[in-house]
Amino acid sequence: MDFKTFVFFFLAAILTFAALRVITARNPVHAVLNLILAFFTAAGVWLLLEAEFLAMVLVMVYIGAVMVLFLFVVMMLDIDIDKLRQGFWRYLPLGAVIGILMVIEMGMVLGSRYFRSLRIGGVETASNTRELGRLLVTEYVYPFELAAVVLLVAIIAAVALTFRGKKRSRSSDPADQMRVQAADRLRIVQMPVERETPPDADSPPSHHSPA
Amino acid sequence: MFDRFVIPSFAPAIPEIFLLVMACLILLLDLAVKSPRRSVTFALTQLTLLGCAVITLYQVKLSLADATMFYAERTFGGMFVRDPLADFLKLLTYLAVSLTLFYSRAYLNARAAIPKGEYFVLALFATLGMMVMISGNHFLVLYLGLEILSLSLYAMIAMNRDCPTATEAAMKYFVLGALASGLLLYGMSMLYGATGSLELTDITNLLPFRQHDRTLIVFGIVFLVAGLAFKLGLAPFHMWIPDVYHGAPTPAALFVAAAPKLAAFAVLMRLLVLGQTAFADDWQSMLILLAVLSMLVGNVIAIAQTNIKRMLAYSAISHMGFMLLGIVTGVVSPERFEGGDNFPVYSFAMFYAVSYVLTTLAAFGVILLLSRAGFESDTLEDFKGLNRRSPWLAALMLVLMFSMAGVPPFVGFFAKFFVWEAVMEAGYVWLALAALLFSLIGAFYYLRVVWYMYFEAPVETGPIVGGRLATTLVSGNVALILLLSLFPKFLLDISLICVYGAMQVAAGAFH
Repeated sequence: MDFKTFVFFFLAAILTFAALRVITARNPVHAVLNLILAFFTAAGVWLLLEAEFLAMVLVMVYIGAVMVLFLFVVMMLDIDIDKLRQGFWRYLPLGAVIGILMVIEMGMVLGSRYFRSLRIGGVETASNTRELGRLLVTEYVYPFELAAVVLLVAIIAAVALTFRGKKRSRSSDPADQMRVQAADRLRIVQMPVERETPPDADSPPSHHSPA
Repeated sequence: MFDRFVIPSFAPAIPEIFLLVMACLILLLDLAVKSPRRSVTFALTQLTLLGCAVITLYQVKLSLADATMFYAERTFGGMFVRDPLADFLKLLTYLAVSLTLFYSRAYLNARAAIPKGEYFVLALFATLGMMVMISGNHFLVLYLGLEILSLSLYAMIAMNRDCPTATEAAMKYFVLGALASGLLLYGMSMLYGATGSLELTDITNLLPFRQHDRTLIVFGIVFLVAGLAFKLGLAPFHMWIPDVYHGAPTPAALFVAAAPKLAAFAVLMRLLVLGQTAFADDWQSMLILLAVLSMLVGNVIAIAQTNIKRMLAYSAISHMGFMLLGIVTGVVSPERFEGGDNFPVYSFAMFYAVSYVLTTLAAFGVILLLSRAGFESDTLEDFKGLNRRSPWLAALMLVLMFSMAGVPPFVGFFAKFFVWEAVMEAGYVWLALAALLFSLIGAFYYLRVVWYMYFEAPVETGPIVGGRLATTLVSGNVALILLLSLFPKFLLDISLICVYGAMQVAAGAFH
């Protein structure tokens, strides 16, 4: 078993464990932290496959942006600030372990000199990112544009489903308040002081009426 | 860096480009439109569809002028294909979307909670998604078209934000749709793994030489079929259909029910060529199972429904099953038809799909005509005694129900008959008998609607406020169905040309 295989199995084991913990962890914050670990490990596997651009995007977009937002959302669900602060110390050990694991993984993948000998012939000079970029704007320009349309539709849909008209601000206008007349606020209605009750010829039977 | 790259020809994709540009413009113009009815946006939307139709017709005219009936243009490296199938289905899609929006107008105006401007724009984007699917010759493009369509539909269903059933329907559709997309992608990635290509023509040519990857390919096909069955709403992947039809606002239900079936048929057609080559047996058993189950589930459960939209949902499941029969028999028996060509059967399936879409459009159109503010008119009770309230609408519904049931003089009968005959000819007597039996069961619940309309006392007595324009258009739609009933050969010939052209494209001619 060469070093590359070892790294793969190491990453695969962590990935499987983390993915399992995502769905078994009772605590949603633990689940999200495990998901971050799973993404990070997956990025490591992609690096092994020499898809460095995808690995980078996974780390930057998913872990850097999406998962952090997701973590916020999960934490927001529990609005109790005291609880959140208590939680911090409870989550710290797990968070620290995950952080250390990530550092080790990154070190193993990036620091190994074995890694450089695995290039497939023919693409040595071309960088992965550059190749992907070239393909996206030439041969795959049609799907690329369509993907942009998908995003546009998603934006329109999200706005249409959540936007409920302009919010009226609650500020007051002093000039308006000064100009107000009594008649604008108060309406005087003429009413008799007491309504005359009709003689009880047809009054509804009460509980006390004789049976 | 780009020296080897040749800029693709944009000419075949002009309808798509026009639609996209117009949709973005309308989205911007809609900001300036203040009226809650959005008449300007609506008019622009309809004009856009008309413009697309004119462009497509002009393209057809040009192609027919300098070539034979069977033309095909490819662009974007073979990802986009324009052949008779694509052009004809696109024209029908414009028609279906345009009619859908006309029918929906009064319903939308009566409900203030639905944002009209966004609704029309999303309808245009959904149309773009369907056009992309119809012209797609590449897994990635087919998938993206499907996503544009689905995303727009999810939002259109959820648009009536104050209605909990609509939100529930949208959530169910969204979750199951995402699952189906996952299955589809999984299948595509497996086929990509086996062949190293995402382009359908390439895959078709490569598959026969990949017998050693048989397990992988068969798994890929299974996932592909499952994903497609979800989207077409075939049993046992039909769970979302009744809830979506029932819960969604009727215009959104109509949008889901009509035009996307054409796009789904096109995708099925284009993918079928994969099955033709070396793996016909693997498709065949799956498709037969799906078809029989769909006809069983759709026709039997529809009897128990009290809501007409839900009933039409189950009817849609059974119709898709019946249409699939036409495709199954084509896959099964390439050699049974002279010269090894099985396109006649596929053209019967296309005939079925087109006639089904036209009938569904008009049926939902009648439901929409009967609805008014605060009243949906979507239960079977509401149709009781319709003849006394409006003889004309009752007569229209009578034609539609007879056509759906497959009663002889109407187009639904020819559709069923052609497919049924093809099944018999392919030697599947038990399948043909099953189809006949299920159709008989199905006739019961269609004729029940007719019975309610003509022989029961009205329960609902409110006024019928459907606009004159919408009534005229529904009548025109029914007239079109009657015309096709009189001259089925016309549509059948077009279907034949379309399907034959598509087969040629698939086989790599015109490359």
